Amino acid sequence: MSTVEVRVGKATVGALLATLLAVICVASIALGARSIPLGVVWDAIFHPTGVPDHLIVRSLRVPRTLLGVLAGLALGAAGALMQGHTRNPLADPGLLGVTQGAAFAVVLAVVVLGIDDLYAFIWFGFAGALVASAVVFLLGAVGGRGATPVTLALAGAAVSALLNGVISAIVLGDDCGMETYRFWHVGSIAGRDPAMIGQIAPFVAAGLLLAVINTPGMNTLALGDDVAVALGRRVGRTRLLGVVAITLLTGAAVAACGPIAFLGLLVPHFARAISGPDYRWLVPFSAVLGAILLLAADLLGRVVASDNLEVGIMLAVLGVPVFVHLVRKKGLARI
Amino acid sequence: MTAPKVISLGPAAWTVRPRTLAVVTLAAVALVLVAALNIGIGTSHIGLGDVLKTLFGGGTARERGIIFDLRMPRTLTAIGVGAALGLSGALFQTIARNPLASPDILGITWGAGVGAVGVIVAGGTGGQVSGLASTLGVPLAGLAGGVIAGILLYALSWRRGIDGYRLVLIGIALSAVGYNLVYWLLTIGDVDNAARATTWIVGSLADVGWESVAPVLLALAVLAPVTLVAGHTIGGLQFGDDTARGLGIRVDAARGTLLLLGAALAAVATAAAGPITFVALATPQIALRLVRSAQPPLFGSMVLGALLTVGADFVVRVTPGLSGLPVGVLTAILGAPYLIFLFIRSRKEERA
Repeated sequence: MSTVEVRVGKATVGALLATLLAVICVASIALGARSIPLGVVWDAIFHPTGVPDHLIVRSLRVPRTLLGVLAGLALGAAGALMQGHTRNPLADPGLLGVTQGAAFAVVLAVVVLGIDDLYAFIWFGFAGALVASAVVFLLGAVGGRGATPVTLALAGAAVSALLNGVISAIVLGDDCGMETYRFWHVGSIAGRDPAMIGQIAPFVAAGLLLAVINTPGMNTLALGDDVAVALGRRVGRTRLLGVVAITLLTGAAVAACGPIAFLGLLVPHFARAISGPDYRWLVPFSAVLGAILLLAADLLGRVVASDNLEVGIMLAVLGVPVFVHLVRKKGLARI
Repeated sequence: MTAPKVISLGPAAWTVRPRTLAVVTLAAVALVLVAALNIGIGTSHIGLGDVLKTLFGGGTARERGIIFDLRMPRTLTAIGVGAALGLSGALFQTIARNPLASPDILGITWGAGVGAVGVIVAGGTGGQVSGLASTLGVPLAGLAGGVIAGILLYALSWRRGIDGYRLVLIGIALSAVGYNLVYWLLTIGDVDNAARATTWIVGSLADVGWESVAPVLLALAVLAPVTLVAGHTIGGLQFGDDTARGLGIRVDAARGTLLLLGAALAAVATAAAGPITFVALATPQIALRLVRSAQPPLFGSMVLGALLTVGADFVVRVTPGLSGLPVGVLTAILGAPYLIFLFIRSRKEERA
């Protein structure tokens, strides 16, 4: 008996993932508390007549799905970049405080400065994410040899805890802010303003583009900074590009959906299993897988718990077993 | 330095160093003073002398009312909560062999939060559940949640023994889940309960009455002596596992016991006043530096924890512009930079 080895090209795998994403999108539009036949979905999108089903599809399901795709792409790619740049298999924008940074800035904008213009508050989200990523990276760099998974996770926990305390102090004094905040705080793609989609789309696109441009540099950095320098790579520039991409992606996702943890942590591990260590494939795969996983978790919450389980909770519950498995695996080394 | 004294009680024995004794005594005196100030100063001032007189049975009816009905329970809860947090932090840092470990970062606090907020949102404070159930329901649910989180933490970190790093990472993950669950519970509650629960989540001593005092002091009265007795194995745990086994310590059993005790202490404190962050983290390290020992001193951490918590409560009560701010906000804002400083220092030590 000899086994036949089937080698599938990465482009084929990519095409499969894209197809899977398309299927999940259709399911996300058609399924939910009320199932809508595909023919009706088609009509709702291309020949709307204003019947209730068409309204549900156009005003609720389509925006929700599009937002899920954008946020998933953004968080998946941001997770892969963070794990690559920090060489830490447990890095995740949520665990390292970047998400909280964006959340803090958004709360500041809404509650303290009374800003209700969506555009302004996305910019606040970016500023918060940028400061928090810079802090995490600096903390990781203290001591010169790069942070270990444990120290970086602890630094992230410290930054998150601080921001949380401040956020609570701000929100507590304000009933209206409290009401908005407690729903925004649990990451969700339901019930957000559809105008958000158009506003974050350019930022997510720019972030993804920068992430892809960043990948060859990350491949060199994976050999170690010294080797990268010897090969003529500008390490500082590569890192900066990474920070900017992470900031754009996380800031946009958080401003639109609130903090969603664990997605950026999980997805790169699944992606690495099919892409191997080459970041030129790993980052795009992570992005697509992020969108698939986010929509799947959202759909699961809708079908299982009649939409009372926000996607952020679903991901935390699904994500922890994987995280625990990663930690318990032998030799939690650097990537 | 004079030689340490040995105090023995049956089979257990402790060494008491003069420096430790001095630090603990000073901290205890400071604690009594700050507690008396916290009881005396407020919207109506009562002098220190009158406070002490009232505490020992004198005082006018009005003074007795203000002191015994309003300020005394708050201060006693702060003392109990702080002592429990300090001791819990000392235990966790010893088990994880990591100065950055603490029950609030390792998910114990959020585990207790899930239990307590669950009861609050289910109407435990003025909804369908009322009376005795609401008085005891929140602390009991908090205790259960914290202990369950502790058991999970131990079970998931176990892999041919407990490794400090693994413990920390699993704890951070548990913390994230508990935190998400707490906020999810908030979204399904109505806004009044949610606001009350949010105040609770930050850690506040504002609304505590006598009903909060009893559970926390009772738990402390039971758990603290047990911990101090169990703690005589702690000294050996600072060395590697092989050395500790050579000293005759059942390493895994000792770690498991201490971890559960630490979780119970943190859970009781959390159930009484919400997660007052960073007290458990900072206190043992401050105590360790003051007494110059290799490991966080258990008793010293208790006294200092109480002192820090009462002190922080005093600050938010009497500082203009801060009144009404939950004490947990202050400890979080003061504690986080300290944690970051610790982190940077430990990295530098690593490099050296």
